[in-house]
Amino acid sequence: MADIKQIIAARVAKELKDGDVVNLGIGLPTMVANFLPEGVDIVLQSENGIMGMGPAPASGDEDVDIVNAGAQYVTVNPGAMFFDSATSFGIIRGGHVDATILGALEVDQHGNLANWIVPGKMVPGMGGAMDLVVGAKKVIVSMQHTQKGAHKILKECKLPYTAVGVVDMIITEMGVMEVKPEGITLTELHPDFTLDEIKAATGCELIISPDLKPME
Amino acid sequence: MNPGHIREAMMCEPHIEEDFDITEKEKGRLINKLKTAQESIAEIKDGATIMVGGFMACGTPEILIDALVEKNVKKLTIICNDAGVPGRGVGKLLSNGQIKTLIASHVGLNPEVAKRMNTDVEEDKLECILVPQGTLAERVRAGGAGLGGFLTPTGVGTIVAEGKQVIEVDGREYLLEKPLRADFALIRGSVTDMFGNTTYNGTTRTFNPMMATAADYVIVGTCEVVEIGEIDPNNVVTSGIFIDAIVGGETQWQI
Repeated sequence: MADIKQIIAARVAKELKDGDVVNLGIGLPTMVANFLPEGVDIVLQSENGIMGMGPAPASGDEDVDIVNAGAQYVTVNPGAMFFDSATSFGIIRGGHVDATILGALEVDQHGNLANWIVPGKMVPGMGGAMDLVVGAKKVIVSMQHTQKGAHKILKECKLPYTAVGVVDMIITEMGVMEVKPEGITLTELHPDFTLDEIKAATGCELIISPDLKPME
Repeated sequence: MNPGHIREAMMCEPHIEEDFDITEKEKGRLINKLKTAQESIAEIKDGATIMVGGFMACGTPEILIDALVEKNVKKLTIICNDAGVPGRGVGKLLSNGQIKTLIASHVGLNPEVAKRMNTDVEEDKLECILVPQGTLAERVRAGGAGLGGFLTPTGVGTIVAEGKQVIEVDGREYLLEKPLRADFALIRGSVTDMFGNTTYNGTTRTFNPMMATAADYVIVGTCEVVEIGEIDPNNVVTSGIFIDAIVGGETQWQI
């Protein structure tokens, strides 16, 4: 199997439409920008104050005043804009971001998301995640299907919520799932896995779409 | 129009400095905002509440942080987007044991936070209050804009909502979030004129413009100090009316 993160990022990229305003979380989601299909140009929003973020600069070409939300040097594309954090989150909460792609510790069948705290163990903080998932028009969770075998897709989140009922789609190395009122529906299955394998790796009932397709 | 023409056109802009009629007395008053870093923080005492601009230390006035570390004031309440990283931004204050309470949205990239929150020495214990980033930015904005708070959907149904009023508007639930103000704000400018008018390059802007409006005494640590009139009014982000002290010599940020 090719690199798991690349498989996930490449599949997430297909969800984006030309002209979409998109906020990518740190880590795996950042890779999505490398897999955009031909003819799809998106406008990347970075919550630390960029609309129109570009790729990383070549070594030696860094502008020390321009970084992404992961504090790495980035460039900006022609037509970009910088703004303050209040404006940035006005854009986010105001529904002007078409899609946000981020990781999760847990997601449940109601679309509840937990990704900011493990009480007593890890308290990184929510950063901009709570605002992003509440404000973005489409919330795509991109993550490995399990945490070393432990279920991350559950009946009910055990960890404190980032937000309730916000997740629209989950994309993992095993498949593509949509969160619907009736539950989590598998729409695509990666050819490297069987239905039994993905069901076993999922902590809640997985509804199989009648139009189930192979994940590419 | 080629780029050369654009540059010429910009140079032909009205001479802004001639539009200002500044008396010698006013000039004296304005120039008095220029201070050394040490002078600018002279009034900051133990227990002060301080807003610090920046995002992962990009847009944080290191020159002012260094002066605070040198002065070694303690039991500070710091309001900042994050905890910086060890050796950068408010991370320096944390490492030096100067912060009692940290109000921030994200602290995961500074391992000292967890260490200091979990210490058994009661006196050194760090209190960390986590606030969603958009809510933090808007609370500071509200504090500077005379608002009694605002309603946000962020945090509804989560532990962020604990103890807060939930208000329903047109069928959707919102949290009432209250304004934040501070005794001092330490902000970082790219170019500041002698009145305090300030511009911010790239992603250094972050929380700085809001914080400049939400504290009793506002200090800007800036990379370049210029004469009044040298910044095109179209480009000023923070008006000099908000600035009490100007400290030059801030260096550009390096990761």
